[in-house]
Amino acid sequence: MESGLKRRRRRENLFKLAGMLATAVGIAFLGVFFANLVANGASAFEQTFIQLNVDFTEDVISPGGELDLVYADFDGLVRDSLRAEFPHVSSRSERRELNKLVSIGAGYQMRDMIEANPDLLGSAQLLWVPASATVDMFIKGNIDATLDASLRPLSDAQISWIQALQDSGRLETRLNMALFTNGDSREPELAGIRGALMGSFYMLIVTIVLAFPIGVAAAIYLEEFAPRSRWSDLIEVNINNLAAVPSIVFGLLGLAVFINWMGIPRSAPLVGGLVLSLLTLPVIIIASRAAIKAVPPSIREAALGLGASKMQVVFHHVMPLALPGMLTGAIIGMSRALGESAPLLMIGMVAFIVDVPAGLSDPATALPVQIYLWADSPERAFAERTSAAIIVLLGFLLVMNLSAVVIRKRMERKW
Amino acid sequence: MALMTEIESSDIQPPSTNGAQPSAVLEQVVNLGATIGDVRCEDPYVVTESVDVYYGDNHAIKDVTLEISKKEVIALIGPSGCGKSTFLRCLNRMNDTIETARVTGKITLGGQDIYGKELDPVALRARVGMVFQKPNPFPKSIYDNVAYGPRIHGLAADRAELDDIVHTSLERAGLLKEVIDRLDEPGTGLSGGQQQRLCIARTIAVNPEVILMDEPCSALDPIATAKIEDLMDELSHDYAIVIVTHSMQQAARVSRRVAYFHLGLLVEVDETDKIFTNPQHKLTEDYITGRIG
Repeated sequence: MESGLKRRRRRENLFKLAGMLATAVGIAFLGVFFANLVANGASAFEQTFIQLNVDFTEDVISPGGELDLVYADFDGLVRDSLRAEFPHVSSRSERRELNKLVSIGAGYQMRDMIEANPDLLGSAQLLWVPASATVDMFIKGNIDATLDASLRPLSDAQISWIQALQDSGRLETRLNMALFTNGDSREPELAGIRGALMGSFYMLIVTIVLAFPIGVAAAIYLEEFAPRSRWSDLIEVNINNLAAVPSIVFGLLGLAVFINWMGIPRSAPLVGGLVLSLLTLPVIIIASRAAIKAVPPSIREAALGLGASKMQVVFHHVMPLALPGMLTGAIIGMSRALGESAPLLMIGMVAFIVDVPAGLSDPATALPVQIYLWADSPERAFAERTSAAIIVLLGFLLVMNLSAVVIRKRMERKW
Repeated sequence: MALMTEIESSDIQPPSTNGAQPSAVLEQVVNLGATIGDVRCEDPYVVTESVDVYYGDNHAIKDVTLEISKKEVIALIGPSGCGKSTFLRCLNRMNDTIETARVTGKITLGGQDIYGKELDPVALRARVGMVFQKPNPFPKSIYDNVAYGPRIHGLAADRAELDDIVHTSLERAGLLKEVIDRLDEPGTGLSGGQQQRLCIARTIAVNPEVILMDEPCSALDPIATAKIEDLMDELSHDYAIVIVTHSMQQAARVSRRVAYFHLGLLVEVDETDKIFTNPQHKLTEDYITGRIG
């Protein structure tokens, strides 16, 4: 008896140790992953800005007294202010190098300012404009100044100008708002995830509006009303299978049915939402069925005994008790849908879209797809932005899953 | 005259049957023929004629004929697995919820066939209420628990009438004084005995004609049990009560007639005094004296 006890205790301790080890390994992997992510992406939340003294000359912006926002040479104004800053820069090649310090977005920024406030015309303003991506990378320490001049994207002259601007306090890093306010762009310093965020948002709206009611209704029917037969078993097996089908297959289905046959515009969040709702539907059905099954039969019997009809039992008693489980399943399904990219590639949401979509039928992209596109780009500045976008995506997923847990905790009722 | 009824699905399991009884005893019962005692009564309201109940292949209730009158308390007693709960559940068609259950024979309520087309099970269950073994109040407030039945059957024209019904039911269940100032609190927060009285209040709120009670006190302590037995006594003035009980003392205390079941057969029915002092059948005597069951 004694040796048996000892053996059992040792085995239990070994098992506990194995469990702790497995958990530690899992956490270690997660830790390495997050550390790597943050190390790469944290710098993307900052952007280098250069302060320029810009003269909103009337002759350039409104020649002949009329405000010309389309053809006015705002870039010229930027160049003028740079030249005023460094008057000794004379040769054409040097001037080109100087102009390359500032992002081409500076001109657009000025145009937007004039458009919003035409009173600025004729005044001189001190503006902070984004520096080009190369300057940004240099400031963040990603460009090695000790390398031979032909091996780096910044020349010695450019580096000296950057130093000069920094010393005079006209170059600093600030919060990179463009990441959240702009759509995608060829220029990394102007690229943002807003287009992708809006695209994902519209798609999730379509997904939840379609998948939740249909999924819940299907689950209620299958659990409460459908007679147990070969058919219902077949349906159950099929639904479980659908939940495990690779998501790219849904993309192919969307391409064939929604785009080719039904003619819905390609790249629209509507198609994306339809495809994602097909993906989410089995997950919601399975979770809802489990939630309905968990409602104790005593409650149903009590309601039936009082003379409630089947429908009344389901809607007055079963649904309220199963709702936390259904919502949790829906949120988990949605967070899976948020992170899908393969089916969206199939339906054309992989295009380079710069405009932020305003509705369900505007061409759009989704956050995971945006990450994929940026990851493909060789520019160093996009590498850090990819990691930043991943951090944002993970942040959303974390919020969604946390809210699933919170909802479950708060709505749990005792019976 | 057999009336076959196929039942829909649910995940409620049928009551489990006991192990096999000695075959000699079984033969004795099979040779019995008819039920001893008087299955008929004056002024019958619930009548079962040759009712058989099958759970799949298991023959749970065998050819039971019994009449129950309008304002009496009748106790169904018998060893575990003899079919008393099954029989009880036939009377309000709760066996419909069990997929494998099949009921044949005729059951009438006030002359109407309860398995007939004219009587909707929903309407039937408003006339034949049921109180279960384990108290099962809804996870709602005490008020909503009692008000649920009247609400779905449209028994109250406005809030004032509903209040009236709720208060009256709680009072008749002997619960009103204890909960009058906390009607909005959840019903599940009450003690076991209070919960069972809440379930009784809920059942009488729809003003049924018959109340079925499936071992209502088996999960309660003696004091709560005594309270509910007093309640049954009062309710018997207005409703027919059919109570399944394991306790013979309880049967002796509350009922006017007793029906003894054994392995799905109705062995003996008689007035309470007679059956406990002078049982006619050997099986009844064995059960009452504690030799079986």
